[in-house]
Amino acid sequence: MTIAIIDYGMGNLHSVAKALEHVAEERVTITRDARAIKGATRIVLPGQGAIRDCMSELERTELTGLVKELLADANKPLLGICVGQQMLMDKSEENGGVRCLGYLPGRVSRFNADMHDAQGERLKVPHMGWNQVHQHHMHPLWEGIPTGERFYFVHSYYVAAERDEHVFGITEYGDHRAHIATGRDAVFAVQFHPEKSAGAGLKLLSNFVHWSP
Amino acid sequence: MNLAKRIIPCLDVDRGRVVKGVNFVGIRDAGDPVEVAKRYNEQNADEITFLDITASHEARGTTIEMVSRIAGEVFIPLTVGGGIRSCDNIRALLNAGADKVSINTAAVTNPDFVQEAAERFGSQCIVVAIDAKRVSAEGETPRWEIFTHGGRNPTGLDAVEWAQQMVNYGAGELLLTSMDRDGTKAGFDIGVTRAISDAVSVPVIASGGVGNLDHLVAGVKDGGADAVLAASIFHFSEYTVQQAKEHMAAHGITMRLG
Repeated sequence: MTIAIIDYGMGNLHSVAKALEHVAEERVTITRDARAIKGATRIVLPGQGAIRDCMSELERTELTGLVKELLADANKPLLGICVGQQMLMDKSEENGGVRCLGYLPGRVSRFNADMHDAQGERLKVPHMGWNQVHQHHMHPLWEGIPTGERFYFVHSYYVAAERDEHVFGITEYGDHRAHIATGRDAVFAVQFHPEKSAGAGLKLLSNFVHWSP
Repeated sequence: MNLAKRIIPCLDVDRGRVVKGVNFVGIRDAGDPVEVAKRYNEQNADEITFLDITASHEARGTTIEMVSRIAGEVFIPLTVGGGIRSCDNIRALLNAGADKVSINTAAVTNPDFVQEAAERFGSQCIVVAIDAKRVSAEGETPRWEIFTHGGRNPTGLDAVEWAQQMVNYGAGELLLTSMDRDGTKAGFDIGVTRAISDAVSVPVIASGGVGNLDHLVAGVKDGGADAVLAASIFHFSEYTVQQAKEHMAAHGITMRLG
């Protein structure tokens, strides 16, 4: 019984590992070893920084094929976080256009640079801090978390899924309604950082650890 | 507008211990950063910032250890600043569980370092600390410059231009401290906060001078800050972070109240 955090060389995975260790009985491992990943009972796909780098590092570490296999396995729970959520879509407009994993139809776009709030204050990009998550559809990972709860975000690009049934959470920023939680079958992915979202984030991770899709 | 403004308590640490007097009722060891961080977490702090004032290079390992212990128990964003000069420093802190690092003097002496760090680790974890001091006389158009070494050394750099340059170099956030106000409890320097907040696209954290809860309100409403950082008003249980948040919310500011 192991939870594998896929280490394809992008970003800081230690926060995620520590938060999972806090809520899980299973062993948590940060790994790029294909056998270890395949043998794990649950998978976390993280992602940080530029999406082009994430996709090319996944390719370079020869994990793209394996990740696609895992996504197709309806019995293997997988949690995508941050750019790990964005990578599940068809494509992103970041870095001049990047083809992604194509697990869910939809795209990743940048927040408008010139947005203002009701008081006329400029809305900053990245969208950084604690924002409300509206639970668009019920999901086992929302269990015990009220709709409208705040989670911690840091991102400049956001997901727009094509199909309503793939959208589980929405967060408003300026004139955007970002699809910040998406999924299908045994895959659930979030734009925010559950590992940095205090009690609500730990609850979501705990739900993931106990999820049997 | 649902994104909440943030309150960030700041702690000075030396050799992995909290210094400069933290005094909570019911805390056994006020020097233990884990206990202090947990207390702020219970009070609904949105993030915590540690300023490492460890003088000796050799003793810096204790900071890494400290971050690692906190990151195993407190699950909100942790920022570490103070003496960060190399990508190796940054990597060690991130691996220990820090989420962001704050670069101060090294950004002034070697601006390319900010660019290198942002490219390597991503802008989301690179905060540039800006220590600004007013240099214009009364009645003149206000102007602020960057100072180093706790406000003693002028650099001749215009604070607003410098802030824009740092964002161009990849800073994901700016921590702005008014050296005129730091330690005075007279409130933020609203002028420089507003000038920089309006000039850049990334979030600005206001710091320096907080003496009461109205100052926090002014930092956001008048200064346009996205987050406010304070030390002493929280350390002595003068106010809890939660009280500060409720006060700000009562003034119409969106806060995460828990």
